[in-house]
Amino acid sequence: MNPNPGDPAPSAGTPKDAAPLGLVKPAPPHVPTPEEFARSVDWSRVEATPEFRELIKAKVAFIVPACIFFMVYYFALLVSVGYAPHFMETKVIGVVNLAYLFALSQFFVAWIIAALYVRAAAKYDEMSMRVIRKLKGPK
Amino acid sequence: MSTPLVMFVLFIAITLLITGWAARRSSGSNSFFAANRQITAWQNGIAVAGDYMSAASFLGIAGLIAFSGYDGFMYSVGFLVAYLTVLLVVAEPLRNTGKYTMADVLAFRMSPRPVRAMASLSTLTVCIFYMIAQMVGAGTLVSQLLKGSHISYNYAVIGVGILMIVYVVFGGMLATTWVQIIKAILLMLGTLLLSILVLSKFNFSLAAFFDAVSHVTYTVKGHSVTKNFLEPGLKYGTGYGPLDLISLGLALVLGTAGLPHILVRFYTVPDAKTARASVIWAMIVIGVFYIMTTFLGFGAATLVGPDFITKNGGTNMSAPLLAQAVAGDVFFAFISAIAFATILAVVAGLTISASTSFAHDFWTNVIHHGTERSKGEEVRVARVTAFAIGIISIALAIVLKNANVAFLVGLAFAVAASANLPVILLSLFWRRFNTAGAVCGLGTGLAASILLILISPSIMGIDAPGVAATARHFIQRPAIFPLPNPGIVSIPLGFLGAILGCLVCREPSAEAKFSELSVRAHTGIGAEKATAE
Repeated sequence: MNPNPGDPAPSAGTPKDAAPLGLVKPAPPHVPTPEEFARSVDWSRVEATPEFRELIKAKVAFIVPACIFFMVYYFALLVSVGYAPHFMETKVIGVVNLAYLFALSQFFVAWIIAALYVRAAAKYDEMSMRVIRKLKGPK
Repeated sequence: MSTPLVMFVLFIAITLLITGWAARRSSGSNSFFAANRQITAWQNGIAVAGDYMSAASFLGIAGLIAFSGYDGFMYSVGFLVAYLTVLLVVAEPLRNTGKYTMADVLAFRMSPRPVRAMASLSTLTVCIFYMIAQMVGAGTLVSQLLKGSHISYNYAVIGVGILMIVYVVFGGMLATTWVQIIKAILLMLGTLLLSILVLSKFNFSLAAFFDAVSHVTYTVKGHSVTKNFLEPGLKYGTGYGPLDLISLGLALVLGTAGLPHILVRFYTVPDAKTARASVIWAMIVIGVFYIMTTFLGFGAATLVGPDFITKNGGTNMSAPLLAQAVAGDVFFAFISAIAFATILAVVAGLTISASTSFAHDFWTNVIHHGTERSKGEEVRVARVTAFAIGIISIALAIVLKNANVAFLVGLAFAVAASANLPVILLSLFWRRFNTAGAVCGLGTGLAASILLILISPSIMGIDAPGVAATARHFIQRPAIFPLPNPGIVSIPLGFLGAILGCLVCREPSAEAKFSELSVRAHTGIGAEKATAE
């Protein structure tokens, strides 16, 4: 029953209600919130899938040696400049010495490692797509 | 109006137009804090470079190389190599698991309130230290560059403060990003021009250039000396020098990946793949820039000379004075305007990351348990915080006008490396890591780096009478800790604190959520998506 007689606003069950005319759209399907999605997935099962383990193995196989290499290469510069300055003063090209060339080489080594990582990471993207496909595909 | 002033005003006008454009497009949290995550790879890469190449890099390193030769170049090397840590370890997992701040990653599987409170404290500490160094530098620089136009230190500081408030409060992350991009492009352009002009003075002969670098004559304590500036040891050669150099290297390589204003940039791109590509863009820009510091610094040493620079404003004026020497007053004005743009952009970047952390971590998640009480509250709080941070920085910069604050940048890197990085790494890669470990690691790293700096030669030392106020030590006693850079002690302490704190108790819920964190960090499932405007 319309609580306010004379009010043209449609309300449930009143003669002016639009619903019986089929003008009301069904409720939109429920889109899970990030929290609901996270709760719906058995993450430890995903973590144990061969696809995911393969991804982690591939990442570790590149990232760990790369990190060790660039750290060693960088601190080799600092240690040799700090503790063997006379050796580093050896002139190589004209007056340009070993110290400067070693320092300059750090830039190129950093760029090369970055480029190698980008190449390797393209494979990680494919591998993680495989993990996602398995998660979303038929159980 | 003097030429530098005209160029300053031009830059300010352009950036304000951008801020107006960004303000009209912007609405909602994703837009204010993360520019709707729609920044492209090259844009974000250049913006990262812009955020990173602060006045300390442009003016500071040019000055360091002009006065300490090769040893100054060590900073340049470290600043680039540091991006390998960002690229290989931090950027992608961070993008995949976080929303707006570094603390999002830490709070993922820990008890959120204590972890976020500590992470926010550490973020604010890093940002404010870094900002004061920039603001004091800005004041000194602007008042020196605009000599004769009656713009005093205080007005310069107030001007920079107000502009940064306007950028952040009205334009949010989108305006801040574009201010960074324009500044980075200007900085690269200016540096490139300056390098070419320096080389032209040597008839484009690298041999002649390096030859001059190997015989730089200047005055030390009244005696004229000639040194080979290509040889190491002018700054880190004696006493604890080599150890300090290694300590500095550690703070640079590990600290960059813990700098809050760099980390927030990775939330502005659509996904982890774009975050990766943007680091590559940043590495190209940053690498080229730091290689060119060779020409800036050595150019200033040979074409201007340390003696002349000392008499005309000191080390920080090396790059502008070099510009004046190679191409006259208009180019001097251009380079000065770029230095000014650099400072403005960096303080804006720091302000937005500090206010994001306060609003998102502290206000919403610590005080109000993770829910906004009304729509848009988080953004409103962030705007108010940005305003407050601006006022506080203006006040501190005016109070510290005559203080020697250069060490604050080093302190910011030390805190980032000792407090932030260990807990980011351990929470991403160690299943056993927990809340106690994160809180303890952040606390130890923060306390250790601040305490060690307080008792280091940066703060403690006995000055001869007559030393200028800007170079005086705060505490007139011999230093207790011998190294100006605390990293070599404070970083291991940060890791130790995190590991020991974690081993005290077990937290099954944190360990249980590691699977989810790991899968999401490495595959990007459920990562925050780009939003439409």
